[in-house]
Amino acid sequence: MTDLNALTIAEARDALARGDLTSVELTEACLGAVEAGGALGAFVHKTPELALERARAADARLKAGAAPALCGIPLGIKDLFCTEGVASQAASRILDGFRPEYESTVSAQLRDAGAVMLGKLNMDEFAMGSSNETSVYGPAVNPWKVDERKLTPGGSSGGSAAAVAADLCLAATGTDTGGSIRQPAAFTGIVGLKPTYGRCSRWGIVAFASSLDQAGPMTKTVRDAAILLQAMAGHDPKDSTSADLPVPDFEAMLSGDIRGRKIGIPREYRMEGMPQEIEDLWAKGAEMLRDAGAEIVDISLPHTKYALPAYYVIAPAEASSNLARYDGVRYGYRAKLEQGDGIVDMYEKTRAEGFGAEVKRRVMVGTYVLSAGFYDAYYNRARKVRTLIKRDFEQAFDQGVDAILTPATPSAAFGLGEMGQADPVEMYLNDIFTVTVNLAGLPGISVPAGLDRKGLPLGLQLIGKPWEEGPLLDVAEALERAAGFVAKPEKWW
Amino acid sequence: MSIDTRTAAHVAHLARIRVEQDELPALAEEFNRILGFIEELNEVDVEGVEPMVSVTPMRLKRRDDTVTDGGMPERVLSNAPDAREGFFAVPKVVE
Repeated sequence: MTDLNALTIAEARDALARGDLTSVELTEACLGAVEAGGALGAFVHKTPELALERARAADARLKAGAAPALCGIPLGIKDLFCTEGVASQAASRILDGFRPEYESTVSAQLRDAGAVMLGKLNMDEFAMGSSNETSVYGPAVNPWKVDERKLTPGGSSGGSAAAVAADLCLAATGTDTGGSIRQPAAFTGIVGLKPTYGRCSRWGIVAFASSLDQAGPMTKTVRDAAILLQAMAGHDPKDSTSADLPVPDFEAMLSGDIRGRKIGIPREYRMEGMPQEIEDLWAKGAEMLRDAGAEIVDISLPHTKYALPAYYVIAPAEASSNLARYDGVRYGYRAKLEQGDGIVDMYEKTRAEGFGAEVKRRVMVGTYVLSAGFYDAYYNRARKVRTLIKRDFEQAFDQGVDAILTPATPSAAFGLGEMGQADPVEMYLNDIFTVTVNLAGLPGISVPAGLDRKGLPLGLQLIGKPWEEGPLLDVAEALERAAGFVAKPEKWW
Repeated sequence: MSIDTRTAAHVAHLARIRVEQDELPALAEEFNRILGFIEELNEVDVEGVEPMVSVTPMRLKRRDDTVTDGGMPERVLSNAPDAREGFFAVPKVVE
């Protein structure tokens, strides 16, 4: 039998329901894996007592019958989610010591469904980064390894990706503002879904760019993504942008039959200098979907090229506003003050010491593009380009396209410390295939589809219509099945 | 559009982030790199295009203007770096 911590949610759920397994056994297996997995830097705040307490409660509930799907399932929660009484730091020094008095809506829904939180997961500071290297805790490490180098698990949800790929937990929550669920999922050979903007409540999730942020599941299989999304999604009166729409039964929508679905291949995603392996994988993915009965059509998304620059105006602008709240007054870190320092000194020193380099850079870029005289030239122009990017997708969907297939990332995982040291823009290019989806508010999923020459996982991305995560997951499962990705990282940690 | 150290210092102050004098040239250089990347947006014809306000067509919900929460000053203050007598404490504000 496989190790309990290596089970999928679906397998564990069925075993728990049959009584073949208890949540305490499952949780203990995961806690053991978490303890043994310290070298991965995935869990940054561990909550073993809380986990066992919830596991015992879940077992009682399972015994009583009719427990929800997630009852007794051990999960990791990204550090961006506020969790009551448990450190929630967004991987930033400025939230040092912060223990929320409240629980984010998404993690509360998971808790109420009986899920077991094992602890909080590493990430880039305030979700700003694509390699987990901006974290105050130090980087999470990819369980995949091909030589002596330590590789990034991607970011910002790098700890979530590393934890799921290394079987420290059955699944994890992530958040995605420009690719922060899908890129790490692709780098670690797992499934990552960014739902439609508004599908999951943002309440209680530390805000980065509010018009782009969305929470989603990071799992071992597409089916698990459907199960976890089900529990995370839903309307929340505390988030005015959360959609008041019924949440369908996503798992029930996995039909296994995608005959007649129209899959678009956007020509603008064929980037100059793209590695041949990525291009080959993409072509292979299209072929697999065609073999499964889908119709493959070429489409055009003409403004793709402008998505990244538009994102690097809009996201920093929103971040500069959202992060204004970290002032050293109400929570978190406050700088030590000199005799005679006034309140502005307190703000400036606190923020200089509390924020890391990338966060400061983005807050200041955001401040600049919103400042008098530049607002129209930068911020308004970027919002107009965003309208055009969304229109591109609408036109593709109007032509009858059901989903769009693209590469998930422009490369496989790279070494820690290898990228963006001299030029921050180099790191930004990681999000080139994912960021359009956030700008257009669409659901997107990364599915592991193969290994590169060196043996590192590569992912493909499927993009769906708004609110149609169900049909999107259905296509994703067909791709998953055809790709038959079963490789696991060899344990070195 | 090129950013000099004076502009960099101004932006840092607007953002309430202390940047030491000797760090300003490097900061200005980074800004210029990022803004150079953003300049690409000038190629796009945005004539007559509305700037996006909401990515999904939705009307913000309204609710009754009533108190739904509160009465927990200790919990509100529980994470403050400096709280005294039921208040957040900060350095002197009035000169």
